[in-house]
Amino acid sequence: MSRQIVRPYGDTTGDGMVQVSFTLPVAHDKRAEGAAVQLANRMGIDPAMLVHAKPMGDGFTFFVVYGRVNHLVDLDAVQVVERDFPLLSAKEVNTVVKQRLRRKLSVVGACIGTDAHTVGIDAILNVKGIAGEKGLEYYRELKVTNLGAQVSVPELVEAARAEKADAVLVSQVVTQRDAHLHNTREMSAAFREAMPAGRRPLLIVGGPRFDETMTDELGVDRIFGRGTTPGEVASYLVHALITQRKATT
Amino acid sequence: MTGKLDLDPVLVARARELARRAGQPVVDLARSHTTVSVERAVLRLAGVSGADPDGIPWVNRLVEAVVADVGLGHGVAVPVFDALAREGITDVTLLAQKAAAGSVRFALPTGRAATAARSAARRAVGAGIRRIDRRRAERDRLIKRHGDPKQRPWIYLIVATGDIYEDIPQAQAAARAGADVIAVIRSTGQSLLDYVPEGATREGFAGTYATQENFRLMRAALDESSKELGRYVRLTNYASGLCMPEMATLAGLERLDMMLNDSMYGILFRDINPIRTFVDQRFSRQVHARAGIIINTGEDNYLTTADAVDEAHTVTVSQLLNEFFAHEAGLADWQLGLGHAFEINPEVPESFRLELAHALLARELFPDAPLKWMPPTKHMTGDVFRGNLLDGFFNLAGALTGQGILLVGMMTEAVVTPWLSDRDIALQNVRYVLGAAGGLHEDFVPAPGGFIRRRANQVLGEALDLLERIGEQTLLTAIAEGTFGIMKRPADRGKGLAGVAAHEADYCNPATDILEAAA
Repeated sequence: MSRQIVRPYGDTTGDGMVQVSFTLPVAHDKRAEGAAVQLANRMGIDPAMLVHAKPMGDGFTFFVVYGRVNHLVDLDAVQVVERDFPLLSAKEVNTVVKQRLRRKLSVVGACIGTDAHTVGIDAILNVKGIAGEKGLEYYRELKVTNLGAQVSVPELVEAARAEKADAVLVSQVVTQRDAHLHNTREMSAAFREAMPAGRRPLLIVGGPRFDETMTDELGVDRIFGRGTTPGEVASYLVHALITQRKATT
Repeated sequence: MTGKLDLDPVLVARARELARRAGQPVVDLARSHTTVSVERAVLRLAGVSGADPDGIPWVNRLVEAVVADVGLGHGVAVPVFDALAREGITDVTLLAQKAAAGSVRFALPTGRAATAARSAARRAVGAGIRRIDRRRAERDRLIKRHGDPKQRPWIYLIVATGDIYEDIPQAQAAARAGADVIAVIRSTGQSLLDYVPEGATREGFAGTYATQENFRLMRAALDESSKELGRYVRLTNYASGLCMPEMATLAGLERLDMMLNDSMYGILFRDINPIRTFVDQRFSRQVHARAGIIINTGEDNYLTTADAVDEAHTVTVSQLLNEFFAHEAGLADWQLGLGHAFEINPEVPESFRLELAHALLARELFPDAPLKWMPPTKHMTGDVFRGNLLDGFFNLAGALTGQGILLVGMMTEAVVTPWLSDRDIALQNVRYVLGAAGGLHEDFVPAPGGFIRRRANQVLGEALDLLERIGEQTLLTAIAEGTFGIMKRPADRGKGLAGVAAHEADYCNPATDILEAAA
């Protein structure tokens, strides 16, 4: 059996049990509960156990449903972006930059558009870092410029030029009306327009709601999703700007 | 409730004295400068309303025209009312339209013309301030009629759809479900607009623009809810960003009840020029004082960027500074919704006891202020089940330490803007905790010499150390060097600096004159 098929796990292998909650715009009565079960059935939950129904305000009911899904998951068919570069320690990153780039690697970071959430960019750039891992400012061989929040795209391009950025890191947390996607496209287009292909810095975006497979669509070199650490970003920078580049030339 | 932490009254008095010493140079700076937004607020009080076909308010066009002719440092009131007399018209909005079309020139009158312009300006602005007074009296009447919430803390809930006509039913539903205070979140980025948009908003980003019309619509809707529910439901918005003084003025005119109004938030988190912020802040607080509006300060935000244990004392320092600036501007203790938050990493040992120590410290330092207690956001991971538990502990800490205003935490923080069901579950959480333990603050007295008392005294000590350091180097330097929330903000940088001017010898601002005469 080469294919790996799994089902959700409640308390027995293969039982397929899941739990969902949702709201229907219907006042709470018998019919509303029937509607919830019907929805669950259509989601592939059969049998569906309606364990909780509660009226909320006028004309809405909240439901919790447990039940068995009939869907199967084929693990071989799952598509994700696996890390395709070696994870280096801060010391190793510094050594590679020093020996092979022979100058400091310049990184410019910002939250662009109206996004004021600097949590992400600060976690990656600030010395303090995240989850016990120090941020890029801590790396001796990296020169980090953190522009902070609500930076306009022209300001970012200008700063990247002034700092001779090897890489530009952009963080986007606010995702209302896909603002993170619009902003990222605007940013990559501006860099394409402002600088010729060979001179353009590596464009990296990060944020909790990005799909890591969308690099081509957004015109960036790399997307980092939820839970990314500074070490991963630093390792990627070294890989993309030094080791990989040297290997191909 | 005093004396639960055995704080040394000498140290507490010393902390207040140091806050005064750090804040006074900033007040002096604020008293000797004006900004385009302060001047626009004066014109709004004098009756300028509406916007040009591009949506730029007439107050902006009028201030621009005056500044182009005579500069900002004299204040716009005298040149405007002088021009009004020369043009032989009485409608200031009409004058703004003419000025925008380039058909009016502004000058600095002298002699009798100057005296006449000053008294005309004072009359017009005085009429605006009387409108604010009437709105305040109206609030007092409605509170008498409908009553205040039965419990403390007041339950504060946010709506934010981007469409005022969606916000209204959501706000009314939230009030029915138990919310005592409704905040309408502003559209992302409004704080950096150097004008106040006009009209009802149908499409905002992650929030609804703060406009006079939106204020009016929502206040009217909540007046209906207050009547229906038999308790006065309060409305909150934001006096922050580049238009802080105008927001305060519009809030007073439309009977908003609370405004977010921090002394340093705009500087630290929006990179607004420090001087612009302090000048705007002082004026806006004078208006809030007059309008009977409760301000909410933003100390919770420091803890979202800095570590909530290591930097706990920066919250205390900021609260003391906010208190000083607020008192100086004429706000009474009952109007000081000083902020703080439940943001300690839940993985830290004894995190809940640390939270209690910090929350009780704020309570004891500011016994008459309705403290604004903010829920966890930084350590909400997307695990909604754990998030709901954390929110429960947050609610419990609020009940145990007698907080005044409790912002309802959402288990879906950092996941989605709250769904109807998220809000319902969150309110259920609050109701359970307040129902089961609402009076527990009466019984909760930390043991003498115990962990909570020691921690609270340690934070107060660290706050004193920081205030001493600020005293040596001035508040503006401290902000420039990244003392609060780790952001470095020098006084000669930041957005909105171009709209700041030092007072000329003949600077005239009838609004400030009237507000300070009353204080």
